[in-house]
Amino acid sequence: MLDIRNLHVAVDGKEILRGLTLRIEAGQVHAIMGPNGSGKSTLSYILAGRAGYEITEGSITYDGEDLAALAPEARAAKGVFLAMQYPVEIPGVTTMTFLKTALNSQRRQRGEPDLDAVGVLKLVRAKAKMLNVTEEMLKRALNVGFSGGEKKRLEILQMALFEPRLAILDETDSGLDIDALRLVAEGVNTLRGPSRAMLVITHYQRLLDYIVPDRIHVLARGRIVAEGGKELALELEARGYDHLVKDVA
Amino acid sequence: MSIAAETKAHVAEIGEKYKYGFVTDIEMERAPKGLSEDTVRYISAKKGEPDWMLEWRLGAFRRWLSMKEPDWARVQYPKIDYQDAYYYAAPKNTPKKQSLDEVDPKLLETYKKLGIPLHEQMALAGVAVDAVFDSVSVATTFKEKLNEAGVIFCPISEAIRDYPDLVKKYLGTVVPVTDNYFATLNSAVFSDGTFVFVPKGVRCPMELSTYFRINASETGQFERTLIIADEGSYVSYLEGCTAPKRDENQLHAAVVELVALDDAEIKYSTVQNWYPGDENGLGGIFNFVTKRGDCRGRKSKISWTQVETGSAITWKYPSCILRGDGSVGEFYSIAIANNFQQADTGTKMIHLGANTRSRIISKGISAGRAQNTYRGLVSVYGKAKNARNYTQCDSLLIGGDCGAHTVPYIESRNPTARIEHEATTSKIAEDQLFYCLARGIPQDEAVSLIVNGFCKEVLQQLPMEFAVEAQKLVGISLEGSVG
Repeated sequence: MLDIRNLHVAVDGKEILRGLTLRIEAGQVHAIMGPNGSGKSTLSYILAGRAGYEITEGSITYDGEDLAALAPEARAAKGVFLAMQYPVEIPGVTTMTFLKTALNSQRRQRGEPDLDAVGVLKLVRAKAKMLNVTEEMLKRALNVGFSGGEKKRLEILQMALFEPRLAILDETDSGLDIDALRLVAEGVNTLRGPSRAMLVITHYQRLLDYIVPDRIHVLARGRIVAEGGKELALELEARGYDHLVKDVA
Repeated sequence: MSIAAETKAHVAEIGEKYKYGFVTDIEMERAPKGLSEDTVRYISAKKGEPDWMLEWRLGAFRRWLSMKEPDWARVQYPKIDYQDAYYYAAPKNTPKKQSLDEVDPKLLETYKKLGIPLHEQMALAGVAVDAVFDSVSVATTFKEKLNEAGVIFCPISEAIRDYPDLVKKYLGTVVPVTDNYFATLNSAVFSDGTFVFVPKGVRCPMELSTYFRINASETGQFERTLIIADEGSYVSYLEGCTAPKRDENQLHAAVVELVALDDAEIKYSTVQNWYPGDENGLGGIFNFVTKRGDCRGRKSKISWTQVETGSAITWKYPSCILRGDGSVGEFYSIAIANNFQQADTGTKMIHLGANTRSRIISKGISAGRAQNTYRGLVSVYGKAKNARNYTQCDSLLIGGDCGAHTVPYIESRNPTARIEHEATTSKIAEDQLFYCLARGIPQDEAVSLIVNGFCKEVLQQLPMEFAVEAQKLVGISLEGSVG
């Protein structure tokens, strides 16, 4: 589903990703682990299409299509979803309004009819319960005054709502206590399925206790430096990243 | 459908930036070009006015000749040649219309394009529309229902003939003939406008609405509105404004006077969408407007809500004189300036009575190379014991070439006064935009969504059916303003 080859990405002329190659099939969950500054967030932004991130070499193919050629909103409509590390606040726009606008924007780009307010509400309610997203949260302005856990739960709610084909979770565990982490992980796990691929980006092994990946890639200095099964996470937990990073220096 | 989505659909539908940029080809009757006592006499005669009205106008005109155009606002424009304009233009052949069927179908077609619900839609929306096309009111509906309630809602020209005592008693008592350059000019040459009188204890049974539209070229529009709410009454009034696209600048100098007696409340809402000029700053309406409300009675209340998205230049300060003890003044404003638009707008809250309260919520949005200024005065006089004011001025910048300015004047002559002023300036953040894009919301729609969120407190003040329209306008007027 996602095929990244020899990807080089620069930000402000500085090269952050330096020849990253990665392949994920539908139905799989892959984890990207790595120390701070290794390029994890850059990878998530380049996949979502954030302005200011420039591909200088290599390619990203998503479902047989050149992902870089698509506008960010078109990527979303085609099933790319990024759960952000720092969900932004939009004052004055209720969460419900935002969800409805986003959902219908995606639908419209796919040539599907808009859902009316009742239709959206039903859909949201059905998904919100599992993630303990309350009606009261849906009425508040998007992410304004939300706790860290609430913000992350709302990200996963959006993932459940949009039903993406490729979900990227950028440091979804950051800022969560253990209960919140468990709730978010459960949400993610219920969304695992044969037609969906997930890329879980994390600094710590902790999240992978709950979301068990099919494969782990270690990112250091803009490149994949090690790969393995889920047991690799435990090894990293024990030995740290240093020995891997040294090898690529 | 969500606001932003609707906006997008709406924009796609019209396929061009200024939806109201059409010209209706109707034969116009005009006063000779230029401004003189003869022009004033011509207009007064055309209206069949009594002598006292003509004298009033001439007094204003003579006064105007001795006045100087104000230059303190933060707006720049070429000198206006007052002799190079027409001061009266009316669709030809307009004897009194008894019903809509008698109105020129082309006019009705224009109204249809404007989306004014003149027929059944009006009944559904519960809106009475007094449509002012250039200078003459051509269709007034819902008169009967209002008559039953005792509410007078008619063109001011008609009120001058039919209710001279009321007009004499109140006209010019809130905005005196001598008030300011543009108001004085208006007093001399106003061609029509709206008159509303709500009798004692009556809650006006529907929203009253007037649409203004400038159609003829090189014409100024000088409408005059006078609204009186007698003791214990309530009225909500909305004006919407549009004008066709033209290369030359057109002058609009209106005067609105509101009088609220004991326990009365007036809610006055404006959605102003005059032609703003093109992307290069060519053309557009010069909007120099004097709006003032007098809370004359005890515990009276006047609330201004404005959504200003149009005009090349906006010079407008809807104000409240809080004369009656315990009276309340409110000002809710959204001012959007894009491309080369200049807006200098705000309010004056004059606290004269004891226990008077005022609230100012201003949202200024600047994009392109526009300049947007909030200018406000809060003044507490010596006898205004326990006066209170709360002011909040928020500015939002889109792009790096525009400007936002806040100029608050605060005066207090009473130590018991409590005055609060809060101001913020922010930019639409790149991360907000990216967040929307990444969730599938295209850029223009994202801007519209964020800006509508920013304006929410003010939009909420508008009557329901107009709030939706205003939300769309916010989106349309900022289309393409980001990257």
